[in-house]
Amino acid sequence: MKRLVPMWIAIIAGFAMLFSAFFPATESLGEIFGDAFNVIAAIAFVLGAGSLAKVNLEKISRKDQGWGYAVITLICFVATLVVGLGKIGAHPNPNFAALPWSGEIQQEGAVFQWIYEFALVPITSTMFALLAFFVASAAFRAFRAKNVEAILLLVTAFIVLLGRTFAGVVLTGWLPDWASGLRLENLSVYIMQVFNTAGNRAIIIGIALGVAATSLRILLGVDRSWMGGGGDK
Amino acid sequence: MDGRGRRQVKRGFIGILERLDRRWIFLAMAIAVAGPIIYIGITGKTLPETATPAARAVFHAIEKLPAGSRVLLSFDFDPASGGELTPMATSLVRQCAARGHKLVFIALWPLGAQMADDAIRRVITADYPALVEGRDYVNLGYQAGNEAVMKVMLTDFVKAFPKTREGMATGAVPVLSGVTRVADFPMLITISAGYPGAKEWVQYVVSSSGGKITMVTGCTGVQTPQLYPYYPGQLAGLLGAIKGAAEYESLVNATLAKGDAPTPPKYLEAQRRMGPQLGAHILMVILIILGNIAFFAQKRERAAGGGAAGAEARP
Amino acid sequence: MKLSRGWIVVSLVVAALIGVRAFTGGGMGRVYVKSEAVSIDVPADAAKGTAATKVEWTAWAQVPPRVYKAAEATNPAQTEVVFSWGRTIGLWIAAFFTLAIFSFLYRDNPAYRFTEAVIVGVSAAYAMVLGFWETVVPKLLGALTPDFVKGWVLPSLSDQGPAQVVAMCFALVLGVLLLMRLSPKGGWISMWPLAFIIGVTAGLKIVSHVESDLIAQSVATFKPLVAFKTDATGAVAAWPTVWASLANILVVAGVLCCLTYFFFSVEHKGLVGKGARVGIWYLMITFGAAFGFTVMGRVALLAARVEFLFDDWLWLIDPAGKRVVETMSMLTAW
Repeated sequence: MKRLVPMWIAIIAGFAMLFSAFFPATESLGEIFGDAFNVIAAIAFVLGAGSLAKVNLEKISRKDQGWGYAVITLICFVATLVVGLGKIGAHPNPNFAALPWSGEIQQEGAVFQWIYEFALVPITSTMFALLAFFVASAAFRAFRAKNVEAILLLVTAFIVLLGRTFAGVVLTGWLPDWASGLRLENLSVYIMQVFNTAGNRAIIIGIALGVAATSLRILLGVDRSWMGGGGDK
Repeated sequence: MDGRGRRQVKRGFIGILERLDRRWIFLAMAIAVAGPIIYIGITGKTLPETATPAARAVFHAIEKLPAGSRVLLSFDFDPASGGELTPMATSLVRQCAARGHKLVFIALWPLGAQMADDAIRRVITADYPALVEGRDYVNLGYQAGNEAVMKVMLTDFVKAFPKTREGMATGAVPVLSGVTRVADFPMLITISAGYPGAKEWVQYVVSSSGGKITMVTGCTGVQTPQLYPYYPGQLAGLLGAIKGAAEYESLVNATLAKGDAPTPPKYLEAQRRMGPQLGAHILMVILIILGNIAFFAQKRERAAGGGAAGAEARP
Repeated sequence: MKLSRGWIVVSLVVAALIGVRAFTGGGMGRVYVKSEAVSIDVPADAAKGTAATKVEWTAWAQVPPRVYKAAEATNPAQTEVVFSWGRTIGLWIAAFFTLAIFSFLYRDNPAYRFTEAVIVGVSAAYAMVLGFWETVVPKLLGALTPDFVKGWVLPSLSDQGPAQVVAMCFALVLGVLLLMRLSPKGGWISMWPLAFIIGVTAGLKIVSHVESDLIAQSVATFKPLVAFKTDATGAVAAWPTVWASLANILVVAGVLCCLTYFFFSVEHKGLVGKGARVGIWYLMITFGAAFGFTVMGRVALLAARVEFLFDDWLWLIDPAGKRVVETMSMLTAW
């Protein structure tokens, strides 16, 4: 029962989506399932948030190392939730001014928007920006011309790094027109359109075969590993 | 200087490279990026750009679309990728607005709707005040569900996005009159930072539309190589990373230039950003070369040491 | 130790510079807003039994400092464009967060940990709030309790058909079951919505990947090995034809060689082995290109943050012409 029902739910839902792509009569079924999926995805945010709260509360109750940061996480979580769900600072929609709750939460002046602008934007974008430093350090330590493969990788990286900036023009812009194909900016385009396209296309085709095979195994009830407990059957 | 002296000097240099604290590399990167930013910020000078075929294709695809065509713009990114994608978003919205296309903004990333709002404020509200919200453009906001949202849009667009950001029912918005499914949009523009993004739009929407939808995309550097196989077949044009943004920006600026009037600075963001890019890329190349110098010196030392050890071991 | 001392000196110099910057030239890190009074007449509603009222509020929109300067120059007593405490504090907090994250480059520290804790809490709640207002309210509640939603938040919401109501009931049940995952004993029943999610995803992916990635990409690989290119007169152009043909040959050969490398059912020996080796070379070039583009992406993000610090916060540069007058005063004075 615990494994049979989920297996049949997956099979029915999967085949409904599959058929909806081929038979117009089943299109609406695919649409309904798709729409239900979207709502479940939104509810899943609650699950994620609940898990976060649970983990942090446990950390605090156990007084784990760094539990103070868990308190900060929880405070920020609750505060954002309150100002967002409560639409604090948001004005009503001018079209429906009689309804105080009709306003957009992400409007200028709303506290939720303030959090977006002054916490979410700077922190997330700086976190990603940090990688520029680490990639530089990694390039210094790990990019070694050890063999033919590594040399190919290095040379390509050089061409792309220089060819995609003005350095390419400065270094090879003097080449005559008949040799313009060897200019770094043109070489980088050639690499992208020929070698990168071929390599990535093979990867895409390989992944497509893998995804199709895995999906088919799920739809046929052969692959049940997603239910946990190990084993396919 | 004798041979031994030279070796000691060399070993010293190699030793510095081997012992180099990574924080010096971080500092070098900070200077390589900050220096050009300050220089460009003060002088206002930008580097010249020549558009590559993929960027030109984006420009021409939007340009040859009949004026007043409906364009679906999906903002599938968040502030974390804003440094790369915001300039693209600005130029794409600007070209579409200048061409008189009807713009429908959506987002499959929670913060994408905010990014669309920002682009609308920056371009349409500021420079195209004649365009009316609802009649000429609309932001339908974010919907959760990733590919499943695309699936619903294939058959019922309004069901996928039931309301606008302003809280109006989507079905009642004039700019969307006559739209029942996503294939009613002749053009789809995605600004994409990952999953779901350009790849999923190609897989789930463009491929099923039977060639009805022309899709162009602007994407992050990480995504660009992965999307090249789709260009120029399933993707009509591709703006790859900040370089693609700068190329496209220069094309749009050249087309929309008003006599000798200078281009407003907000429309030069990508080209300005190519300055720090130049500094950082040159630094990367230098770092890789230095790293390899250290590597080969070590290798030679090891080989020499091994040879000496072997010679000593021989009777 | 030597390095630490150096960094302390650098930090002190930076702090001193910020201090100097705050009190020289046009200052730094201030935000101004422009007010707009909104007044809307709400007519009486006989059905609800409400009388006619007037709803009023003041909307504030951020403006560049030069707008404030201009307004002050015109009329020093004006109150339309004013200094915003809330936004200015926000800007300084944003600068603190940016520097706190960058401080991790030196070493892990409490400022970084604090910022990390903040973003974990904020982003989780942010996604949840958006999911609620953008999806749950218009779709789920809009279908199940349309009158409540119309009277509360979305008056213009379209009526939903019975099929939609059934779909949303189904979604609600599965959604509630999904939340059972949080309960210690109800984990097993959360497998049902998970099964639905997996089934729908598998059904969607099988079609899309075969259609778009397997078939369309294979078709795109079948290129003519001799691609004739013509010039403006319509005659075949020799060199463009050679280059285009070479490109096509390299793409076809590359895809086949890479696929050969991925094919493990045959031992990589002889011709297959050579093909696989060429496939590896193609993949190495692909990864090299990916590395180059990744660097490009990360640097662009870093540049954006540095621009924020120099432009919005420190007012050292003014590429977007937000301040115009006092922007360069400090640098040029120096």
